[in-house]
Amino acid sequence: MLRVDIEKQLGEFSLSASFSSEGRVIGLFGASGAGKSSLVNMIAGLLRPDRGTIAIDGETVDDTAAGIHVPTWRRRIGYVFQDARLFPHLNVAQNLDYGRRMNGLASDPAQHKRVVELLDIGALLDRRPGKLSGGERQRVALGRALLSKPRLLLLDEPLGALDEGRKLEILPYLVRLRDEANVPMVYVSHDVAELRQLATQIVMLKQGRVTSLGGVKVLT
Amino acid sequence: MLDISPAEWTAILLSLRVAVIATLVATPFGIALAWLLARKDFWGKSVLDAIVHLPLVLPPVVTGYLLLLTFGRRGLVGAFLADHLGIVFAFRWTGAALACGIMSFPLLVRPMRLSIEAIDRRLEQAAETLGAAPWKVFFTVTLPLALPGVLAGMVLGFAKAIGEFGATITFVSNIPGETQTISSAIYSLIQTPDGDAAAGRLVIVSVVLALGALIAAEWFARRATQRLHGN
Repeated sequence: MLRVDIEKQLGEFSLSASFSSEGRVIGLFGASGAGKSSLVNMIAGLLRPDRGTIAIDGETVDDTAAGIHVPTWRRRIGYVFQDARLFPHLNVAQNLDYGRRMNGLASDPAQHKRVVELLDIGALLDRRPGKLSGGERQRVALGRALLSKPRLLLLDEPLGALDEGRKLEILPYLVRLRDEANVPMVYVSHDVAELRQLATQIVMLKQGRVTSLGGVKVLT
Repeated sequence: MLDISPAEWTAILLSLRVAVIATLVATPFGIALAWLLARKDFWGKSVLDAIVHLPLVLPPVVTGYLLLLTFGRRGLVGAFLADHLGIVFAFRWTGAALACGIMSFPLLVRPMRLSIEAIDRRLEQAAETLGAAPWKVFFTVTLPLALPGVLAGMVLGFAKAIGEFGATITFVSNIPGETQTISSAIYSLIQTPDGDAAAGRLVIVSVVLALGALIAAEWFARRATQRLHGN
């Protein structure tokens, strides 16, 4: 599903990671500054590795030796950022529809209905992002990413900006997403409890290096 | 209230036509340049920036004279355009629009540039992850978010264009019905023995138009802030 073997120098910090995974939810675990976000940004194509390869679903999207770098917009990924990044000039319905329009996909009312129900955002469709709570925003961002029909969903600390109560409110949606949406995910977090609930496989990062790889039990 | 004569109406309507055309033609160039200055680093950027602002600090008569040398019938560009495309600027209202467009360009570009600079680039990244090609990102995220700034730039440029005098009169002279705008009409009237009343009326029209434009620009700027906060 996902194969990563890259090196990247970011100022003083050097990132060197190699792993491959067939897991449904790859948990990318590490303290802040371990290089998790940089790694995810490279998988998304927002950051270019200095050396190495990245393959998503069998397609090589980065290969520095062969000069391959597929731009972000052609990678067919979904990305949920910590800060939601909903488009402020569009309402929720238009935000949800954005990826479908940009990819020129036919409208799929059944899928739309499924995602809206899964995330419980039907009542928000007419609202502007400025009028949503943090948790609502994150649910809409999830829906927006899913509706672009990605082959891989990247979630970079999607609960990181929420307080404890809100986290508990969103977690069940993420579990349902994992079990029902049928999209493989890379889930970045520094929170052991979150990953225990969600991840099927763990990649542990420490100071830019992969230190362990395996099932959820490596989170001790 | 104001008893405006047909001759004055001619000048007012010509001014409006010149300013509208100047603003509409300058806008796409303004947006492109604003984007370039806000987003790209390239060799000679500060020189380009200085050239754009030049009409703001150069004596208008100098700009007008340079336009005459370049776009006049015997000018380098003017001769080419007249011979090959049949476009003539010298002593035509189109020349007035060209002069006004160039003189107002710095004012038009500035709010556009500021509003593009104020856009959160992370929103553009998000659009890319959703499958939007760079040009689609520009038209669906960057431009809509910058729209209030774009409109504010257009309003300011329009206000400047409608009041332009020095470069216009130097380049295309002061021909009633063809190149005599409000400003040059006022100039002629105050040199005529009993033109005071007519000049006064045109002065009032000028003040109203300028004030209206400034208020509109302010309103658009406020909208811009609201829009960026997602309300």
